[in-house]
Amino acid sequence: MTSMVASRVDAAWAVLHTVLDPEVPAVSVCDLGIVREVIEHDDGLEIVLTPTYSGCPATEAIEHDVLAAIEQAGLGHARATLRRAPAWSSDWISDEGRAKLKAYGIAPPAHLTPEAAANTAMPIKLFGRIAGERIACPRCASERTERLSAFGSTACKALYRCMACREPFEHFKPI
Amino acid sequence: MQASIELNRTPAVQYLLRIGDTCLVLAQRLGEWCGHAPVLEEDIAMANIALDLVGQARGLLTHAGKLEGEGREHDEDQLAYLREERDYFNLTLVELPRGDFAFAVLRNTMVATLLKLLWQRLAASSDAEVAAIAGKAVKEARYHQQHSGDWVVRLGDGTDESRRRTEKALKQLWLYVPELFESDAVDEAASASGLGPAWSELREPWLAEMQQVLDAAGLAMPAEAAFRSTGKHGVHSEHMGYILTEMQHLQRSFPGGVW
Repeated sequence: MTSMVASRVDAAWAVLHTVLDPEVPAVSVCDLGIVREVIEHDDGLEIVLTPTYSGCPATEAIEHDVLAAIEQAGLGHARATLRRAPAWSSDWISDEGRAKLKAYGIAPPAHLTPEAAANTAMPIKLFGRIAGERIACPRCASERTERLSAFGSTACKALYRCMACREPFEHFKPI
Repeated sequence: MQASIELNRTPAVQYLLRIGDTCLVLAQRLGEWCGHAPVLEEDIAMANIALDLVGQARGLLTHAGKLEGEGREHDEDQLAYLREERDYFNLTLVELPRGDFAFAVLRNTMVATLLKLLWQRLAASSDAEVAAIAGKAVKEARYHQQHSGDWVVRLGDGTDESRRRTEKALKQLWLYVPELFESDAVDEAASASGLGPAWSELREPWLAEMQQVLDAAGLAMPAEAAFRSTGKHGVHSEHMGYILTEMQHLQRSFPGGVW
């Protein structure tokens, strides 16, 4: 029985690794660290998700995609629950996810400083167009880059451009 | 026409709605920038900040609705769309008309600074759901503050025209600052139960951070106004009714309508 339960949860994880993020379809919801846990209950599987941003409009689409994939794979009825705490962090993006983002043309987020990770008081950091942190261009790897827009096509990204190869690129913001 | 709901105005519900409604109403104001910001990047920024604020408001309204209790619970949509004006507890500051870009980025800086300090404290709330919402929101508020503060510096330390407009906005907005930090029974109850801090405790750190932004922008902090606005007690400016009319119209006319 135990091995059967484990295999159903394992099968669910395998399926979830194929569910792509609707707004960044280069990475799976598992690569992004949105799927926190898969729990076996008597009445079906429970998929625990942690949304990336409070107002991320993709959250509902992700719930839908995840449940549809589980049912399509013949793993029975599943339900999704949202877990807010601990808050999602870009540090949860896997190394594989970071590599996929970079290959897709999105500069992956740097790892958080201890202050940011602990959410302790931090000084206001006023910065202009030249990036405070050196963000390497995902195409040519040059660190001569500048920020064009603090907000991008989705809540989780900002827009940059590379001064070396002249290409614009998106940066997954560290939070 | 959908009738209004009757809110169970417990201190905890009011405390959470002060924050949730401040996020909600500012988001509604920022939505007015969509398609109108001076450059595309800032158009996107206003909409993105609004989106975060709506997300934060949703969490707080949902939770406040559950805390109403006594069989009078409401969901987030009922609270957002079916309350009467006096049952909204947002700061008056966020209901003021959109204004020009200088006004918008300065207001965003003032509110983001307040919310950041508030979320930092609420992350340790005795209410686990509030703590969870805050743990997420503080990261967003920090980014909003940096972005908006950066613009205050650029405009204050910019051309004669941008400086003139920023100074004018500062003079207008500063009238509404005392309301932020006045404590009352709602605050005291929250402080006693561990739900969250009395907002008066945020006054010193807020002034210090605003001083830092204004110094960098070369702007002088105005003296404290004698005027006292009262939005967070439910008594609003003349602008509030117009916002609610626009915000509530669809749900009042087509109850339960979805996209």
